[in-house]
Amino acid sequence: MRIIPRLAGIEINAPRGSETRDIDVADDAHSEGALSFHPMDQFIVKPLFGDGAIHWYTPTNVTLWMALTVVAVLALLVFSTRGRAVIPTRGQSIAELAYGFIYKMVEDVAGKDAVVYFPYIMTLFMFIVLANFLGLLPMAFTTTSHIAVTAVLGMLVFVAVTAIGFVKHGAGFLSLFWVSSAPLPLRPVLALIEVISYFVRPVSHSIRLAGNMMAGHAVIKVFATFAAITAIAPLSIAAVTAIYALEVLVSFIQAYVFAILTCVYLRDALHPSH
Amino acid sequence: MADETTTHTDAAHATAGADAAHGGAEAGGLPQLDFSTFGNQIFWLLVALAAIYFILSRIALPRIAAVLAERNGTITNDIAAAEELKLKAQEAEAAYQKALADARAEAQKIAADTREGIQSELDVAIQKADAEIAAKSAEAEKEISAIRDNAMESVAEVAKTTAADVVAALGGEADAKTIAKAVDARLKGA
Repeated sequence: MRIIPRLAGIEINAPRGSETRDIDVADDAHSEGALSFHPMDQFIVKPLFGDGAIHWYTPTNVTLWMALTVVAVLALLVFSTRGRAVIPTRGQSIAELAYGFIYKMVEDVAGKDAVVYFPYIMTLFMFIVLANFLGLLPMAFTTTSHIAVTAVLGMLVFVAVTAIGFVKHGAGFLSLFWVSSAPLPLRPVLALIEVISYFVRPVSHSIRLAGNMMAGHAVIKVFATFAAITAIAPLSIAAVTAIYALEVLVSFIQAYVFAILTCVYLRDALHPSH
Repeated sequence: MADETTTHTDAAHATAGADAAHGGAEAGGLPQLDFSTFGNQIFWLLVALAAIYFILSRIALPRIAAVLAERNGTITNDIAAAEELKLKAQEAEAAYQKALADARAEAQKIAADTREGIQSELDVAIQKADAEIAAKSAEAEKEISAIRDNAMESVAEVAKTTAADVVAALGGEADAKTIAKAVDARLKGA
């Protein structure tokens, strides 16, 4: 985005710059210490109104795109099912499919006694999958590409699962870290590893999602910037298309992975014994 | 984007770090690591999650669950009804087959009875006819033998008369008794 005014400025002085000229400009800009490609600008949090400081309550583009996510949830799961038809319409089929998909996942992965937590997991899944898909719209802001968002999602799961574990089993929840099937001398070592891996869970859980979203969008943006260069524009547009298709897949898969890992952690909390 | 451009050029040309609001992003770092926006993002995330949770748990999920349950109920009922109808159809078919078999047996019985009746009538008629034929042929035979006897007698009479005439014609003299004896002997010998 920022490259445009600069190039425009150059082109006033130089007659219709060739490709090499453009790349020179880009290189110059790079050596200046500022990126000429700005694939990360799409992730900047901005106030919706005016240009003031961002307080916790300021309506920002985060607010807008999260609100759109909520609207999408409403449209998909409430508006489309308003008919309550026994023979479903297309929209209602999608809502039922999403419901069945997550319900079955919770039941199969986390166990039958975990279905009471189904609305919670459904909330996480619907938020992530719709935020991911909305983020693929041109000019969109991808809320799930921010570590602040995914870390909160990951910590919510971590705290909830740990709390459930201790509430259900008390100190018995600690048997999750004590591998009773291993030889006795190995158990303390394994316990240490288990504890570390347990505390790494929310980190990997959240960074996986944010990293996938950020990387995909940044790569699309880089290729989109190359499309300004006439000679490689077709190649770059083809690449953008291909990566976009991949990103559609990744958007769903990451939401699925987040939900299924939540189920796995929940199963550990409900049945801590190995 | 325009304001970003200005802030960026500011950051690039003016003293670094002067732009506090966009410090993380403008220092060349990731916008994701701009901690000044974290509070904002977390606040709005929690609002959005609460809204989605409310929508799902109060409206969407009970509604979808009800629809699915209703559909399952309908399907189960329909299958039960279909099962019942199938049983009824099987019963009806069995009854039909039974009726068909009965009718066929009845028809065979009637046919056999009829055949038997006709046969006995036929037998009686044949016997009667045979008897009649036998009687008629016996009568005819009797008549034939009577006619034959008459014929023989006539032949003997003719022969005797002829013989007497022949003897007379030859100038012989013979009494009727002798001639009759000779003719009878001749007829028997023949």
